[in-house]
Amino acid sequence: MKVLMSGNEAIARGAYEYGVKVATGYPGTPSSEILENVAKYKEIYSEWSINEKVAVDAAIGASYAGKRAISTMKQVGMNVASDAFFYAVYTGIRGGLVIIVADDPGMFSSQNEQDNRNYARFAKMPLLEPSDSQEAKDYLGYGLDLSEEWDTPVLFRTVMRVSHSATPVELGERTIDDSTPTSKFLRDPHKLVSTAMWARQRRPIIEERIVKLVEISENSPLNRLEWGDRKLGIIAAGPVYHYAREVFPNASFLKLGLSYPLPKRLIQELANGVDELLIIEELDPFIEDQVKAMGIKCRGKDIFPPYGELLTADIEHHVVEAGFLPKESITPKRNVVPAGIPGRSPVLCPGCPHRSSFFILNKMKTVVAGDIGCYNLGALEPFNATETMGSMGSSVGVAHGFDIAGIPDKFMGVIGDGTFFHAGIAPLLNIVHNGGNSTILILDNHTTAMTGHQDHPGISAKLGGEGVRVDIEGLVKACGVKHIQKVDAFDIKAVEKSFKEALAFEGPSVVIADGPCFFTGPGSAGIYEVDPARCNGCTLCFRLGCPAITRSDELDEKTQRNKAWIDPVLCVGCDMCAQVCPREAIYKVEEQN
Amino acid sequence: METVNFLITGVGGQGTVLASELIAAVGLAAGYDVKKSDLLGLSVRGGGVIGHCRWGEKIHSPIVPEGRVDFLIAFEILEGLRWLNQLKPDGTVLINQQEIHPVTVTSGIAKYPTREIVDAALEKAAKNIYRVPAVDMAVDLGNSRVLNVVLLGVLSGLLDIDMNVWESVLKERVPSKYVNLNIKALHTGRSWVKEVKERV
Repeated sequence: MKVLMSGNEAIARGAYEYGVKVATGYPGTPSSEILENVAKYKEIYSEWSINEKVAVDAAIGASYAGKRAISTMKQVGMNVASDAFFYAVYTGIRGGLVIIVADDPGMFSSQNEQDNRNYARFAKMPLLEPSDSQEAKDYLGYGLDLSEEWDTPVLFRTVMRVSHSATPVELGERTIDDSTPTSKFLRDPHKLVSTAMWARQRRPIIEERIVKLVEISENSPLNRLEWGDRKLGIIAAGPVYHYAREVFPNASFLKLGLSYPLPKRLIQELANGVDELLIIEELDPFIEDQVKAMGIKCRGKDIFPPYGELLTADIEHHVVEAGFLPKESITPKRNVVPAGIPGRSPVLCPGCPHRSSFFILNKMKTVVAGDIGCYNLGALEPFNATETMGSMGSSVGVAHGFDIAGIPDKFMGVIGDGTFFHAGIAPLLNIVHNGGNSTILILDNHTTAMTGHQDHPGISAKLGGEGVRVDIEGLVKACGVKHIQKVDAFDIKAVEKSFKEALAFEGPSVVIADGPCFFTGPGSAGIYEVDPARCNGCTLCFRLGCPAITRSDELDEKTQRNKAWIDPVLCVGCDMCAQVCPREAIYKVEEQN
Repeated sequence: METVNFLITGVGGQGTVLASELIAAVGLAAGYDVKKSDLLGLSVRGGGVIGHCRWGEKIHSPIVPEGRVDFLIAFEILEGLRWLNQLKPDGTVLINQQEIHPVTVTSGIAKYPTREIVDAALEKAAKNIYRVPAVDMAVDLGNSRVLNVVLLGVLSGLLDIDMNVWESVLKERVPSKYVNLNIKALHTGRSWVKEVKERV
């Protein structure tokens, strides 16, 4: 029976069916649901590790111990993980090891658009690219076998449109016996200790392996020549194959699933058999550059941009411009959306504990070095508080840079709890050790909120069970910070006071704004209401940027401004609007009378 | 089997994700090849949400190509307008008569489109327009959250799929204590569209 599964669910199913015993990862869109679904299979140990490098190291350790292991991450997570998988290419593995990365062409939820296929070539490991959920499941099994057969980690690259699309999948059973105990560790330092003298001996093995893998790629069922009309041949991998198939239903195709190392003979065969060769790939000319280096004439990035997605309509647009298809054969673009309709930017949810901090940072005109998380919304209306944001943990290092450059402004590094654990501890130690004078605000909402509420060391729950909680305040103290203040994030006056005191302190200081994310916290505390007789439309509550507070149609007679109205469906009773209202016009509903 | 393309748009928290799941499941149960794809905003609540779903003999891309949507199911007026270019000129719009103001409108930077702008755009974009008071119907049923299934009921009245298929898919996907309510919501939407069609 076929069931509909997202690509991420199908990868998890593949982990189950193909005998994975250990699955680690770090949350990040569009990869997070892989591990969340793996955790449903009790036969597999799964964990959210503290960051991607730790996750891959742990998966490598499990592989050395003889178990099949996977590690999952979003596209920028590869940069953090890279230090680990580079050495694993040298040492090789024991249990099959597949590194799964979800790329983000189109940058739907990422700070860059890096094409991680390059890491396969860079680190010299084979690359798999599924195009739908069935392939996502099947390729994971193929990758684990390939890994064991060739003593190498395998890179498995999905993209958002595979991870978050659901297509039919045929289910199978788990193929290993889970009752087999783990064997005693098999010592082999010449292989597993990557010290220069031994790693140097393994260096040629890696080159030989990649050459031999070309032969595997030639004969792999994942790489398939589909002969059609001989006028045009197309090479495509991943979901781009499907988009291209829609545009050219009758062309000849080389569909790639094992896309590094490339099957050179198959490519040559296609090139010889068609009048013109087209390479359609999102982002970098990864395939195209290699095909051109083979001396084969082809077209690609002279037609398609090296950024953004190449969905069906995008491909159509570019091939029509390049003369491959007549203009009349494609659906004309429509222009029926009224001009100037407002956008709908993401906003901090009703009941969000971060709201108070950005309300005050905006008011105090503090220069904020921001970080990765929901609180990056502090850069947008109505807060406009955040000045910089780059990568996980960068707020702390960038704030230190402001300090050592000597900016005269009041400044702060602002980082969430999960991000602090991931990459904020080392730069905080760096500030302390080097005698810096930065203020770091840790927004502790007790979860990894933006990616879907995963755990981290600051809470006691772990993926699929109970973990051990590490106290952030104690950790900061142990880092040598002398001024530490923990404040209730829902008390706006206390938040303001703590910021002022921390900024005035000579030496490194940390404020922990403590308050749970609404979605993992205790839930709604009631509903608030605006008394229209008292509200004069001063707009102060609008500056909280709460989606539950809107303008009512009623104007204040004197100010001629719209009064405020609170949507009872959206309000969760966080009380912040009542705290900022200067006219005491906002009440908790049952308290009004 | 003709390919049928659906685009489901709305605001996070309105129940669009379940709606696109149900449409996909109905297509699969009715014997189509089915693909679906969800694009979620960054925020859990209050951001824009889009779901693509396609039924057909053989579906390649999970994303409905631009300008080829047969049914645009908009859970919110502005989020309906925003995606009108995706619709075929002879396509159908189901638009829930609900306004959810983005923060830019609340803070006075932008204006929510007027009724006249909305109507003119819909008339220009679509052949069939169903302005569905789904929230009112859901509230009458006792739970505003079933507005998604009310909209699906309307959709069911426009498609040639046996009602048993819709009902059995609902039963599989909805928590058991809400099954009866959801089946009522499905029929409410379906009767509403039948009546509207008869009037026309």
